[in-house]
Amino acid sequence: MQRSLVDRIYSAVVGTITGFGMLLLLGPTLVVLIISFTGGITLKFPPPSWSLRWYVELLQSQEIVEPALTSLKVAAAATILSAVLGGAAALGLARSKLKMARFLDALFMSPMVLPAMAFGLSLLLVFNLLGIRLSAATLVLGHTIICVPFVIRMVGASVQQLNPVLITCSLSLGASRWYTFRRVTLPLIRRGIVASCFVAFLTSFDNVPVSLFLADARTEVLPIKLWAILEGSLDVRVAAVSGVIVLLTLAGLVCAEIFGGVSRQIGSR
Amino acid sequence: MPVIPLAALFFAAFVLPLAALVLVSLFRDPQFSGLSLAQYLRFLSDPFSLKVLSDTLWLGAEVALATLILAYPLALVYVASGPFMRTLITFLIMLPLLTSTVVRTFAWIVILGRDGIVNSAMLSLGLWQAPARLLYSWEGMVLALTQIQLPLMALPVINSLLRLDGNLTRAAEGLGASRARIFMTVILPLTLPGAIAGWLLVFAAAATAFITQTLVGGGRIILMPSYIYQQAVGVQDWPFSAALSLIFTLAVTGIVFAIGALSRRFVRGVDAA
Repeated sequence: MQRSLVDRIYSAVVGTITGFGMLLLLGPTLVVLIISFTGGITLKFPPPSWSLRWYVELLQSQEIVEPALTSLKVAAAATILSAVLGGAAALGLARSKLKMARFLDALFMSPMVLPAMAFGLSLLLVFNLLGIRLSAATLVLGHTIICVPFVIRMVGASVQQLNPVLITCSLSLGASRWYTFRRVTLPLIRRGIVASCFVAFLTSFDNVPVSLFLADARTEVLPIKLWAILEGSLDVRVAAVSGVIVLLTLAGLVCAEIFGGVSRQIGSR
Repeated sequence: MPVIPLAALFFAAFVLPLAALVLVSLFRDPQFSGLSLAQYLRFLSDPFSLKVLSDTLWLGAEVALATLILAYPLALVYVASGPFMRTLITFLIMLPLLTSTVVRTFAWIVILGRDGIVNSAMLSLGLWQAPARLLYSWEGMVLALTQIQLPLMALPVINSLLRLDGNLTRAAEGLGASRARIFMTVILPLTLPGAIAGWLLVFAAAATAFITQTLVGGGRIILMPSYIYQQAVGVQDWPFSAALSLIFTLAVTGIVFAIGALSRRFVRGVDAA
């Protein structure tokens, strides 16, 4: 009798915390979506009336649309660079048993361990010391470094699962190295590449610590702009931007899930 | 070797900048007039700076503990449930992980603000007489960061629970242990590596979460990331901000490595027993 009481209390505690945890995970995103359709001029919740006015206002706000486009361009460039360079490195490192390979692997993963603020500041210092003017290019460089660890891990995991016999077969049957890479290796590691591109893009698009130091007046990026807006005032337009970002991310997740099974890749990390 | 381009990039844009960071931190003053350990001594002898560092590390520890308490029940339910519930929980965990940090932080501004959900609910229920100051408070910041970083804890805890041998819990059950006892004596010790991994991830993420710290914590709570930013961009004191970043980096990674090493020893002890 006593045991079943203890069990019931245990189950109740676990159930309550789980319910609270799930609400906590979902709630804030829902709140942002709901508040973005407010007809009022404050962040009052629940909204006093409903409208699309903040989305309309957003489209007319050049000072937000401009940084959003910059962010998309920077993220695209950083994704391509980190996927190509990181993917090549992951292929090279996977089959190497040299000490050097383990050292390089640790080096390529270290941006993940280092607080990104320190890295952002160090890039700013070195560009200043070398007299290099900040631009979109220096920003892309910084973002690429931050994105590389994801590519190394995810593409690396795909390469590990690749059966090397398949490549030997292709080569011994007379295919060139390039043809083998294109028709055998690449299709087999596609999932890892798609997943890492997805994560790299989000990482760059969302990056603050590096952009904070490297974005100058002409290359303003979206997260920094939104941060600056929110520090000054509680602007409802940010809700509309958030709504757009949430919907685009969900759409991107569906696409990446179809092409690469992203959730499995991230979940197994 | 296909590794060479990336290695070259990392040398130029990662190793070189970090070397510059160390070098700059060794200058005596912002005019770069001579080398010394002055910046580090300045930090160690300044109670304000030390308080900023200890507050930041404490914030990370608190948030990591809060996510741990939430993650275990979530993981227990995940492991015990069928495919539908599992997909739902996975989706709920992935959702905040994939939404932009600024968006997640903004959500908490809406929830905790003067006219926010919590205040209007409490006022309309008559529980509070006047709106409480939830935004720009330490507690609000811990709550927001707990939600924002929960996925980093939930994923490793779920993974280690999935790897747990079900026969062990069934054996304990057959021997008459209550479910709470099974959790404390079987599940928790055996999934501790996952919990520690998650704790370290959340600790590092929460301590360095500049956006959430500045927007939900507000201007009056100064933590290491905003301190570094203020010294570098506001005051333009590069040597001091460089020293601050290095001290902060060493503190965070030092704690992560120390706890990681301790837990590895601990896990080996468990294996031998």
